[in-house]
Amino acid sequence: MLAAGAVFVMWAVATLTFFAIRLIPGDPAEAILGGPGSQASQEALDQVRRDYGLDQPLLVQYLAMLARLVTGDLGTSYALRTPVADLLGGQLGGTMLLAVLALLVAWILALGLSLWSTGRARVAAAVGEGIELTAAALPHFWLAAVLIAIFSTGLDWFPPIATGTPAGLVLPVATLAIPLAGFLAQVMRESLLDALQQPFVVSARARGENTTGLRLRHTIRHASLPAISLSGWALGWLLSGAVVVETIFAMPGLGRTLLQAVTLRDVPVVTGVVLLVALVYVVMTVVTDVASRLADPRLRQEGAR
Amino acid sequence: MPLLDVAGLRVAFGDHEVVHGISLRIRPGECVAIVGESGSGKSVTARALLGMAGAGARTRSDRLRVLGRELGSASERTWRDVRGRQVGLILQDALVSLDPLRPIGREIDDPLRIHERMPPAARRARVLGLLARVGMPDPEFAAGRRSGELSGGLRQRALIASALALDPPLVIADEPTTALDVSVQARILSLLDEIREAGTGILLISHDLAVVSRLADRILVTRHGEVIEDGTADDVLRSPREPYTRALIAAVPTERPRGTALAVATSAPAAIPGPPPTGVPIATGSDAPERPPLLRFDRVAKGFSVPGGRLLAVDDVSLALRPGETLGLVGESGSGKTTVARLALGLTAPDSGVVLLDGEAWSSRPERERRPMRRRIGAIYQDALSSFDPRWSVGRILADAASVGARGTGRPAPRVEDLLDQVGLVASVARRRPLNLSGGQRQRVAIARALAAEPDVLICDEPVSALDVTIQAQILDLLDRLQRRRGLAMLFISHDLGVVRHMSDHVAVMRAGRIVESGGTEAVFAEPRHPYTAQLVADAPRLTP
Repeated sequence: MLAAGAVFVMWAVATLTFFAIRLIPGDPAEAILGGPGSQASQEALDQVRRDYGLDQPLLVQYLAMLARLVTGDLGTSYALRTPVADLLGGQLGGTMLLAVLALLVAWILALGLSLWSTGRARVAAAVGEGIELTAAALPHFWLAAVLIAIFSTGLDWFPPIATGTPAGLVLPVATLAIPLAGFLAQVMRESLLDALQQPFVVSARARGENTTGLRLRHTIRHASLPAISLSGWALGWLLSGAVVVETIFAMPGLGRTLLQAVTLRDVPVVTGVVLLVALVYVVMTVVTDVASRLADPRLRQEGAR
Repeated sequence: MPLLDVAGLRVAFGDHEVVHGISLRIRPGECVAIVGESGSGKSVTARALLGMAGAGARTRSDRLRVLGRELGSASERTWRDVRGRQVGLILQDALVSLDPLRPIGREIDDPLRIHERMPPAARRARVLGLLARVGMPDPEFAAGRRSGELSGGLRQRALIASALALDPPLVIADEPTTALDVSVQARILSLLDEIREAGTGILLISHDLAVVSRLADRILVTRHGEVIEDGTADDVLRSPREPYTRALIAAVPTERPRGTALAVATSAPAAIPGPPPTGVPIATGSDAPERPPLLRFDRVAKGFSVPGGRLLAVDDVSLALRPGETLGLVGESGSGKTTVARLALGLTAPDSGVVLLDGEAWSSRPERERRPMRRRIGAIYQDALSSFDPRWSVGRILADAASVGARGTGRPAPRVEDLLDQVGLVASVARRRPLNLSGGQRQRVAIARALAAEPDVLICDEPVSALDVTIQAQILDLLDRLQRRRGLAMLFISHDLGVVRHMSDHVAVMRAGRIVESGGTEAVFAEPRHPYTAQLVADAPRLTP
């Protein structure tokens, strides 16, 4: 059931990408030969069209692409003449590191913020809510620019471009993590407040539990549940965000590869990146499902009633 | 020295005082009960005695001593030391009163971890010992389970074990057996009794006089945050001084024969005047039983798929419900009562057997043919509120039901005012929304809605289980009156033997999907033939001090 769903998602993504990319104006054969400025001869263009099957009807091209994908062949990049699989394999690590670090930082910030702002005076709640809302509303490109202005240009703490060192990762990770943290904190605070209303909190306090113990041993787990289910979606969202962040910070990675591929109309690379992101979504859905079951035993026995 | 010595306890939320000077004392081995209906301030009192009346609550008292220590102005830190060590708290419904994400062993371990410096192995042994003490079979296994994985009775035992972990001299039990089946309730009550015998003082909070009469040495009756009667259990139950106490006692339906009004006076907001109730017979009902049944179950079975097989929720059930008659269906939770209701309403199809409505096929018809016949069966449920669209006014809810019911019959739809009048509500209720009504008013609106289509059969699934005893009495009286006036056939489903006994002409006792015994109500209850029925009757709490 799950496998069938995953296959369907991958097929739909491949199909949509295939047809959507035709909407970019320009001649693919020209793109293969180095773009509109390349002044390629008519013979060269015809040759390329034959080689890449671009003279075939659209439907035949589509089926040929599907046939290739089924065998696991992502094709060869038009621009770089290297297999797409190799190209993406080299870029995936950096982007995943960025996304996973951002997710981790977002979780820590969100937990801290929501734990701090609940169960306190109304002022704290209002301040917490304000911070969350602002953070969640920040666009990546703006936040990146502001962070660079403050922490590189102004204070000179971190480099403004990715240098491949841990210090170079700080600003990109922060740019991705802050808006996500605002969003996760909103979700966590909701469920934290909900958990604090439950009778088991009264029971726990009646045993002599203090506020810290109550949070650590009881409410924090309840608050994490919806945030865990959201994390699969969040990781996919971070991969999309990586397009902007990698471009701004001049980081090598999937996002920048995707942007370049779209500009160059490099169909196999675009399809490859999009399929890879879709695959990450699918895998993360399964992973969060399992994680939710681990965190919430009630889900494991749901069928038993 | 009393374990608990309280004088003039007052609790206010803002300017609104909800507890007006309650005083009580509990000695070792004594059980004091606070009885009252919802909103009487009894739960707030219980919490205030643990220093946790709630956010924004102001607690004042002339004296608040636990084990001789004055706690009237104690800090949160001092209170934390009292909680769990000197006073244990048992709440209602362990499914939500124990953290559903943690194993019960850890919940029981909490007080040990918080208050005592004990090595983990010793704590573990203590937890297992506690589980054994509260009668948990296989403590080793149970300690690793979460509240949702245990049955209602077992998880309530686990909750009690967590309150008893450090052997506190005083235990506060707030509705400890509400929402439990009678046999489970009986066992939990004897467990509490054992604890009291062992010398623990118990403050029992309950709305149920029958439960209280099993345990309490003293009874405090509260109303609107004040103690209106205070005496030994014998005195209060046998010779109540206050009219309100008398009304509470009269409203307990157990042992009161059919056709006796339960509610002493239906509208007396402050004090209920008049002599003690004598049991007023309304009329002698019971039409000729030879009339053909309106609703008939013929060897009906219905199963559900569960992991590892199939569960027969209803197994070879045959029933007959005649006009003007009430058939009571009793059984514990999970016995298949609600599946019977759903089958009767045509909401689910039987796997085998048939349900007939007025001699015609009912369960076997396609829904399209069944729909025009639906108006002949009405239904009311336990939770009236969730059966309404909260945005609709009462008037709209009733007008809608009436017009649907009248469709295709050629009769005019009954007027909303008439419907409200029949269920004893004033016409102005039509403009209000369900959320702004009291529990009793909501159930009256639900009854009016069920009657709007002028049905012949009324299915009542636990219609009074969520109501206070005096409100329950009014609703039962209302149902009885309406049945007589309209000749309704009623299928009355409840886990409460007293209620079923009071309402039914015939009863069927259900267990694990099967009818184990059926017959005339008095015959079945007076001389049960099946051991299960006998056990149910024996376990049912009774008002005998």
